[in-house]
Amino acid sequence: MQISARHTDNTTIFDVTGDIDLANSPEVRKALLREVREKRTPRVVMNLSKVRYIDSSGVASLVEGLKASRDLNLRFILFGLSASAREVLQLSRLLKIFEVYDNEDQALSS
Amino acid sequence: MRQRDTKGVSLASDDELLLKLELFSDPKLLCVVRGALERLTEVFGFSPPDRRSVTRAVDEALTNIMRHGYNGRTDQPIEVYCRRVRPRTAQSADGLEILLCDQGPAVDPSKLRGRRLDEIKPGGLGLHFIRQSMDTVEYHRAGGTNQFRLVKYLRPSTQSRSS
Repeated sequence: MQISARHTDNTTIFDVTGDIDLANSPEVRKALLREVREKRTPRVVMNLSKVRYIDSSGVASLVEGLKASRDLNLRFILFGLSASAREVLQLSRLLKIFEVYDNEDQALSS
Repeated sequence: MRQRDTKGVSLASDDELLLKLELFSDPKLLCVVRGALERLTEVFGFSPPDRRSVTRAVDEALTNIMRHGYNGRTDQPIEVYCRRVRPRTAQSADGLEILLCDQGPAVDPSKLRGRRLDEIKPGGLGLHFIRQSMDTVEYHRAGGTNQFRLVKYLRPSTQSRSS
């Protein structure tokens, strides 16, 4: 798994590549929480278009990012969900909780 | 004919055993097991959604063993047996049984229920994913070994590919 950040006006986009599982979800969590809690970036966007698989620990990291954003009145957005990622969010009844878009253009124009 | 291996794991006859994996409790190996399960479930004849379900359930069960059974130690043994099981009824299809074995402490069955989903909070989702994904989820403790048994049955319309 690789995670990198791009910064535009008031927005950080995290590009994630690979599977998110127990081996690397702490890295995702750390990057997210630093961006939200320390940098207080107004809009954090997760590009998951190259993530084929997310396990429960990865979902938990996304939930932590969402909760931290809400606590600080910031926005947390996901886009490019694979079938597998969409399924786990549906199974955990979280799909409607997140702000989800199909692609980056939609996410950034929202 | 059922038989037992050297660690007391109950197995069907050898011709029904499809795959056996032995791995250490290192999270870096989870992707290896997922890769094997993705291909096995494809060969077995599952639909793409069911392949993802089985792979997800096994991945989450292994994650639980690594996190809770072995408390994060990465050098402990885990065995995974995959075998074909016969239909439950004349109208149903074959199933894929996955038996996960570890040498961690006994698991309190009351902690295997999973949490309610009506609260938005991280954690506790793995068991829910397993139960949602599989037709049978069982836990046994035998001879110092934890055995998690997961079964997913083919839907009858998809079985022709695996016969």
